[in-house]
Amino acid sequence: MPKGIIFGLLFCAAFSAMPIQAAGQFSPGPVSATAIPSRSLIQAPELVRLLKSGHEQPLILQVGSRIFFAEAHIKGSQYAGPGSQPAGLKLLESTVVSQPKDRFIVLYCGCCPWTKCPNVGPAFKRLHELGYTNVKVLYLASNFGDDWVTKGYPTDRTQ
Amino acid sequence: MSRPVCIAFRAATLAGFMLLAGGAIGAAPGSLLHKPAPDFVRKDIQGQAVDMASYRGRVVLLTFWATWCAPCQVEMPHFVRWQSEFAPQGFQIIAVSMDDDAAPVVALTRKRHVNYPVVMGDERLGILYGGVMGLPVNFLIDRHGMVAGIFKGGSHLDAMKARIRDLLAAR
Repeated sequence: MPKGIIFGLLFCAAFSAMPIQAAGQFSPGPVSATAIPSRSLIQAPELVRLLKSGHEQPLILQVGSRIFFAEAHIKGSQYAGPGSQPAGLKLLESTVVSQPKDRFIVLYCGCCPWTKCPNVGPAFKRLHELGYTNVKVLYLASNFGDDWVTKGYPTDRTQ
Repeated sequence: MSRPVCIAFRAATLAGFMLLAGGAIGAAPGSLLHKPAPDFVRKDIQGQAVDMASYRGRVVLLTFWATWCAPCQVEMPHFVRWQSEFAPQGFQIIAVSMDDDAAPVVALTRKRHVNYPVVMGDERLGILYGGVMGLPVNFLIDRHGMVAGIFKGGSHLDAMKARIRDLLAAR
């Protein structure tokens, strides 16, 4: 069996085993960021190099808290709604609907330590379901403040 | 001014401006350690006024949290117990929810029998406290209103409780 098909089956199996969070907002998000394949992660220094390279820029989407986005966000990124909530996934869908399926998209959140993030897993899964083939998730071990802002990486805030 | 000194002065000035400019976005909650806790006045989700300045003389645990934050929910039942246990010694917890909407906050705090005031936060309050851009973040504030401890990311319950005891014992 071709490697691509094996990877696809493993990916689908990993996500189909996870329950999608229901509308109730106060249960911790069960779709873990740790289920995202490592090949689909991008590290902060790599993204910074990309942003400064002048090459084609990815569409960078924050899929977490609106308040945190207003405080600070990656320069040039857009707010696309919390991935752990149905309304957030709808906003994500509407944000990418006009994009080609092979568009380079980077998702990030950083609301909580990586293993506890309720947002990036469902957002990544939804884009995969929608057929987007070039999606990466920014790995933020602790949170966006510690792993991006305080490192002096390109940051902006909502005016 | 000699040329090398002048260049060094300019570099230091530039670095200072860069730090200040970065401070608007780039400061971290840790920068508040051993500094006065910023005051704010907000209504809590019950409609009661919460004035940080009015808690001088008590040890305050100011916790930034959200309903979608799993480690925050691990802390919550401990905080409810601590509020009951330490209140007679002059301890007060104040919670700032970073949720976008109050409805899930009201529902969860009612369900968990939260016994301390909860106010709704926003980006202004987050920035006031050094840039709260990840949860949970807990500020321990001593009886003089100084930030005496900052605990980020959860899983510091034992250390936090020990620090609370120390601060309560100090006069």
